[in-house]
Amino acid sequence: MGVTSRRRTLAAVAIFAVGALGLTACGDDKGDTGSKTENITLNVDVFGNFGYEELYKQYMTAHPNIKIVERGTGGQLGDHTQQVTQRLAAGSGLGDIVAIEEGMIIDMKAKASAFTDLSEYGAKDLSGNFLDWKFKAAQTDDGKIIGLGTDIGGMAMCYRTDLFKKAGLPTDRAEVSKLWTTWDDYINVGKQFKTKVPDAGFIDAVTNTYNSILMQEAGNTTGYTYLDQQNKNVTDSNPAVKKAWDISVQILNAGLSAKLQAWTDEWNAGFKNAKFATIACPAWMTGYITSQNGDTGKGKWDIATVPGSGGNWGGSWLSVPKQSKHPKEAADLAKFLTNPAGQIAAFKSKGNLPSSPQALDDPAVKAAVNDYFSNAPTGTIYGASAKALKPVYLGAKNVPIRTAVENALRSVEQGTKKNDAAWTTAVADSKKV
Amino acid sequence: MSLPTTSPTHSAELPPPSRQRHDPPFRVRISRLSRLDTKGSPYLYIAPFFIVFGIFGLYPLVRTAWVALHHWEVGADEHPFVGLDNFSKILSDSYFWNAVLNTIGIFVISTVPQLLLALVLANALNRRMRGRTLMRMGVLIPNITSVAAVAIVFSQLYSRDFGLINWVLHFFGVEPFEWQAYKWSSWIAISTMVDWRWIGYNALIYLAAMQSIPRDIYESAALDGASPRRQFWSLTVPMLKPTIIFTVIISTIGGLQLYAEPLLFNSGANAFLGGTLRQSQTVTMYLMEQFYGKFQYGDMATVAWLLFVLILIFSAVNYLITSRLESSGKRGGSK
Repeated sequence: MGVTSRRRTLAAVAIFAVGALGLTACGDDKGDTGSKTENITLNVDVFGNFGYEELYKQYMTAHPNIKIVERGTGGQLGDHTQQVTQRLAAGSGLGDIVAIEEGMIIDMKAKASAFTDLSEYGAKDLSGNFLDWKFKAAQTDDGKIIGLGTDIGGMAMCYRTDLFKKAGLPTDRAEVSKLWTTWDDYINVGKQFKTKVPDAGFIDAVTNTYNSILMQEAGNTTGYTYLDQQNKNVTDSNPAVKKAWDISVQILNAGLSAKLQAWTDEWNAGFKNAKFATIACPAWMTGYITSQNGDTGKGKWDIATVPGSGGNWGGSWLSVPKQSKHPKEAADLAKFLTNPAGQIAAFKSKGNLPSSPQALDDPAVKAAVNDYFSNAPTGTIYGASAKALKPVYLGAKNVPIRTAVENALRSVEQGTKKNDAAWTTAVADSKKV
Repeated sequence: MSLPTTSPTHSAELPPPSRQRHDPPFRVRISRLSRLDTKGSPYLYIAPFFIVFGIFGLYPLVRTAWVALHHWEVGADEHPFVGLDNFSKILSDSYFWNAVLNTIGIFVISTVPQLLLALVLANALNRRMRGRTLMRMGVLIPNITSVAAVAIVFSQLYSRDFGLINWVLHFFGVEPFEWQAYKWSSWIAISTMVDWRWIGYNALIYLAAMQSIPRDIYESAALDGASPRRQFWSLTVPMLKPTIIFTVIISTIGGLQLYAEPLLFNSGANAFLGGTLRQSQTVTMYLMEQFYGKFQYGDMATVAWLLFVLILIFSAVNYLITSRLESSGKRGGSK
């Protein structure tokens, strides 16, 4: 490129840049003067699939001045969390509605000042629309409501009928459920399985199972996990934590784990290659299995009850950040999406289990079957476990502590640490947080 | 632009100024302007760089230093000034030092072979051969590949159950091996990614420098009976001294900021912890952990500054070592 043409390019770039500046300036002018009659855009930041497409259409038809844009659809929770954290710190860039996952809601409650108190927009009257614990989980100690519940995880055990058949185990979901009323039974079934099918794991990885056991144990006994209600670290003194740890180590010692770390490429490949027979399975996991295992897995999966009793993993809330320029309109939309009818629509679309008792009792939900999972009646399986749920208190530093303990447990799975040493590390690291 | 040569107050005190002073002839004014042009315009020309550097370099640096002095949690209403508390907290965290060790470990086992191989490669490319330009361009291809793509492909290669490397190893009776599980194995895996990307880049820099070495030196060395190997170590390498120092310092800066490769190597949730026992957590990953894992903005800024200091120290040490090595090499060569 010659000097003249380079100069010309530079000039063109400069002109373009100036023009762009002018355009953005104009754009800002328009955006700032949003009144009721004027057209506004509401951005909804989500991860994965919330199944709201039809609801948006309905809402936009009823409110012609509102345009809804969903961002982050199909994305990973980890990326979403990072983006929310970053934009909270930056003080701008968040959508008018932001999906907050179970693991984040505790931290967000500690940052309640960054969110619109939805009780200012009539959210207090909606408590009957949600399971009691779900509603309270997004409520701060001084009564602010920072989010409205969308879905809950519930808990079941998904299993591969093809591998069960190979191992000479029953494949019918009622019979499979009877095989494991306790976790000890589950381990014994796993041992039987491994003698017949040594080249596949009985579970995918230890962490998913460990978290399920922990939430169950905590729900049945103390009502909290690593932090008690005074936010004191009780990792080493809470019997629920130690019991979940010990059962998990027994599972590992029996050699049942396929050691495929959750949410990695290897884990995803494990679905396609039939590398494990069972996986702890909240309602939203069924959607994940369907997309990861694809057409080849259709009809090869089924859903049984989880050993022990019930449990919950995951679920989200919709929040309106203070950054939003249209808090009233955003709050109205959040109320619309999370009301019982909205939750039923989301369940029909993507299988997300409602957090509203009215929706759970709705015939459309109760009668629902999932053809990918050998026509398992997902509505009744998850609906029943959802109502048996005992709420578990999770303190503000729950996520980093959970990560520390999970990592220590994974080092046992990996064989890089012995049980006792790993437990010492888990306790020490959890106190460092 | 016309510049008043005297201020009004001056002219009041002084005897009636000459006409020349008040209204310099055209020629003088032109010469003043051109003097201003020669003296001032260079600053104008380099100003864009400094303005951009000020916005994207200096300001973040200063702002980070300021944040590092506060207890600053993301989303909290208040962030009190705590002086150097963050620094003593981070410096007494064993995981910080673990991250420093990992970073230096990966840096050493990636940079040393990387620069040596680049030198050898550049020497090979400097010979006469068919399709020379194609070859020279070819070595740069890994470098223009996106780092994420490289890391993802290599992570697949090192995958425990489905990876190519374990598949090859199983012919030699090696059990499926988890490369992430141990410090040494994860360091090696990450180093290969870094080397794959940067050997060609450094080779081209060396090649450019080699071509500026006069041919007749080699001819006289050949006449004196020096073998090609002797010529390489006694002539080429000493002549490349400034270039080698440059690449060493650039590699130091890059190596100590290593982030994408180890992050993507440890896929899954909380990848920035670098494995179950933080086998391959680098300082930048530790930095991200403070922010995304613990929401501690102040601690993150502190780590950023410590990393800055670490790079300064390392660059200085490397400079000293390389310049000493090279000068002693020269002496050895002249013997």
